[in-house]
Amino acid sequence: MGLDFTVIPQYMDIILWGALWTILITLGAAVVSFVGGIVLAVIALYGPTPVRLPFRIFSFLFMGTPLLLQLFLIYFGLVQIGIDVPAFMAGIIGLGLHFAVYNSELFQTGILAVDTGQIEAARTLGLSRMQALRKVVVPQAIRDVIPPIGNNMIALLKDSALVSVIGVSELTLSAQRAIGSTYRPFEFYVLVAVIYYIINIFMEAAQRRIERRVQASR
Amino acid sequence: MTDQKPFVDIRHAKKSYGTLEVLKDINLQVQKGQIVAIIGPSGSGKSTLLRAINDLDPLTGGEVWLEDKQINKKLPHRQYEAHINQVRQEIGMVFQHFNLFPHLRVRENVTLAPKMLKGITDAEADKLAEEQLDKVGMLERIDHYPSQLSGGQKQRVAIARALAMNPKVMLFDEATSALDPELVEEVNLVMKKLAEEHMTMIIVTHEMSFAESVCDRVLFMDQGVVVEEGPPEVIFRNPTSDRTKEFLRKHLAGQHP
Repeated sequence: MGLDFTVIPQYMDIILWGALWTILITLGAAVVSFVGGIVLAVIALYGPTPVRLPFRIFSFLFMGTPLLLQLFLIYFGLVQIGIDVPAFMAGIIGLGLHFAVYNSELFQTGILAVDTGQIEAARTLGLSRMQALRKVVVPQAIRDVIPPIGNNMIALLKDSALVSVIGVSELTLSAQRAIGSTYRPFEFYVLVAVIYYIINIFMEAAQRRIERRVQASR
Repeated sequence: MTDQKPFVDIRHAKKSYGTLEVLKDINLQVQKGQIVAIIGPSGSGKSTLLRAINDLDPLTGGEVWLEDKQINKKLPHRQYEAHINQVRQEIGMVFQHFNLFPHLRVRENVTLAPKMLKGITDAEADKLAEEQLDKVGMLERIDHYPSQLSGGQKQRVAIARALAMNPKVMLFDEATSALDPELVEEVNLVMKKLAEEHMTMIIVTHEMSFAESVCDRVLFMDQGVVVEEGPPEVIFRNPTSDRTKEFLRKHLAGQHP
């Protein structure tokens, strides 16, 4: 059986819808992982001890167990205790929290790397510690960790394929459906690989743009 | 002047790190509008004393007062934080390494604290930034980032940032020590201007000629004690303590006339 790429056009709409879902899930999870990463980092560094401990355990669980398992747990497991999360939301939450933990490590490093003179200057003006963190320290930390955060976001895009197992018709699952009716795995897997790659290129371009924009503020 | 209640009052200040005593029972009274220089070798405790005034380096003993408010009073943590954040708004501080906020433009460096703490409008903030930056001769750099400025310019912006909170007293912690020699003068000029406006200032410095020309009083500190204090003409021309003489001899030898 030779290769036949001519089957692609009639399934293109399914694939493009899949691409759209992949982009939406990636963006949603990216926002969760970014904001969550900052919150986790600040709690890990400055939170009161009784708050810090549960968050440490939470971080450990999300870092130490497979993402696939976490998605199963959120989608299939939580229903049993009465929390019914739609698949799309479960995907965003699972991916988002998983990467929030990784981002938190980066943000912590970034926050600790900000010169202590910055907090001192903010505090002497009368800002509280939280105000100083919010307006002075965290923005600088974010600026300094944009490159590694960008790498995490690209990893997030690739791991979004895992969401297919809980039935979200994103790119990978769409490809599988097309393959199910055409028996043409090579053609469709190559196609979605190319689409992932294209999304990737856009993400890298966005990252470079952000990096250039913050260049002046160093 | 002397019978007046002191504006800044440091009573029996003590500070130790473990067994190392860096401040040993220091007393310092500063009247409103007075300009006091603190000089001394490194490790003498002069910066620690200055940083104790706004509680950046809390004392282990003694009291610091600003007018009728005790700055370092004992309070439960939360209340203390609220109290100290309030007090610090009245005390401007300028650092050796400027500590401008690099992610903010000059304008926002000046307006960040007033906007957050005094609830002023954007228009008022812009006016405030322009006024303060004009005062230090930095108005035309208002939309630059700190990284685009020279050291002297950064320090002038840092002074404007402190002044924007309308402080009652200004603390200068070796404000010109990190500057290239040719940039020292522009910062000194700004400080002189403040002196002429009768700003109360406490200045830790290595610039003896500057201290002599603007200060009302000079403290010489060594090993955690005030060895000698008095008007600049006495401390610099006729010091009584051998330690002061020794310090000045060494220090002036390395300086241009």
